[in-house]
Amino acid sequence: MSSALADPHAHHHADHGGDGTIVEHQFDDLPQQVESSMLGMWTFLATEVMFFAGLVVSYIIFRASYRDDFEAASHHLNVPLGAFNTIILLSSSLTMALAVRASQLGKVRNSVYFMIATMLFGCGFLCIKYIEYSTDYREGLFPGLHWDWELANKHSDHTPQPAPAGAEHGQAAAAGGDHAAATAAAAEGADWYPAVGTLNPAPSAKGMLPLLGGKPRGQSEHAKLFFIYYFFMTGLHGIHIIVGLGLIGTMAVLAWRGWLSGNGTTQIEVAGLYWHFVDIVWVYLYPALYLIDKSR
Amino acid sequence: MSQHAPMSLQTNIVIFLALLGLLVLTVAFAYLPLGYLALPVAFTIATIKAILILMYFMHVKFSSRLILLFATGATVWVVIMLVWTGNDYFTRDLLDIAGK
Repeated sequence: MSSALADPHAHHHADHGGDGTIVEHQFDDLPQQVESSMLGMWTFLATEVMFFAGLVVSYIIFRASYRDDFEAASHHLNVPLGAFNTIILLSSSLTMALAVRASQLGKVRNSVYFMIATMLFGCGFLCIKYIEYSTDYREGLFPGLHWDWELANKHSDHTPQPAPAGAEHGQAAAAGGDHAAATAAAAEGADWYPAVGTLNPAPSAKGMLPLLGGKPRGQSEHAKLFFIYYFFMTGLHGIHIIVGLGLIGTMAVLAWRGWLSGNGTTQIEVAGLYWHFVDIVWVYLYPALYLIDKSR
Repeated sequence: MSQHAPMSLQTNIVIFLALLGLLVLTVAFAYLPLGYLALPVAFTIATIKAILILMYFMHVKFSSRLILLFATGATVWVVIMLVWTGNDYFTRDLLDIAGK
C-alpha cells in the first residue's frame, strides 16, 4: 500500500494526481499507483485463499470419511447464532463498501462513520463468537483436557443419531462413565468403528484406516477432530477479524486526521479488500461447519 | 481517487440483499434431504455469494484484467488441489462413497 503523506515537503519528487493525491515518483501516473496498491493486497489475498483452501480440502476428506460422527458433532453448534453472525459480517461488508464509496466521493466524514460502523459489526461478530466458544467450552466441546463428549451429549437437547450397531456398543460403554474403557471397548469391539459404516456395514479393510495408522477410533475421537477443525478454522478467521479491525481503525483515524492524500481512498479500498475477503471466508465456513446434514 | 467510478448506492444495497437471500437459501437447503449433494450444493451457493462479493464489493467487475487475474489466479491452484486430492480419495476405495 502506498503511504502518500499529505505533507508535500516530505516528498520532493512527488507529483500530484488530479484530485490532490500524491503520486510517488516510482509511478508513471495515479492509475498505475492505485493498481499497484490493489495488486499488492490481491497477491496477499491469493496466499490467504490457498492456505484456507488447504484446510477446507482436508476437512472435506475427513468429513466424507467420518460422515455420521462429524454430523453428530456439528449438531452441537448453534445454527441461528451462526446465521446471525453471517448477517452481521455481510452487513459489515456493505458498510465497508459504502465507506470506500464515500471516500471516492470525497465525503471523508461519512467514510469514517461507515468504517466505524464496520468495526462495530466486527466487534459484534466477535462477541457472538465469544458466546458460542464459551458455551462450547462449558459443554465439554473444546478439544483438550476438558473434552467431554459424554457431557456434551447429556447437555444438548439434540438427541444423538440412532447409531449403527458398532456405535451402540461404544456408546453403551461410554454411558458407563469410563472414557478410557469406552474407547478401548470401541477399539477392540469392532474392527472398524462405524464412521462410514451406514452405507457399507462391513468395511473391514476399507476406509482411511491404513493411511491413519490403522487404529480404529470412536465417535468421541471423530467428534473431537471435527471440533479441532471448528476451533482452528473459526479461530483463524477470528484472528483475521481482529487484524481487520486494527487495519480499518487505523485507516479511519488517518482519514479523519487528513493524514492521507486524496482522502486516503486507495488505502481505504485496500483495507476494504481485506475485510471483504474475511467475509468470503466466513461465507464458506458457515455452511461447512454449521449446516452438516441438518435434514437427518 | 480510484480508477473506476464509485458504485451506486442502489447497487450496493441490491448486492447486500442478494447475499442475504442466498444465506436464507443456504440454511433452507441444509434442511432438505440432499444426502451426498448437501456439501456440493452448500459450496455452490457459497461460491455464488463469494463471486457477488468479489465482483461488486471488491470492485473486480470494474477493475482491469490484471486485477481479475490476480483475484482469481489462486483459485486455479485450489481447484487443482481439490480435484486431484478428491480424485485420489474418492476413486481409490479409501472412502465409503455411495454408488461406487
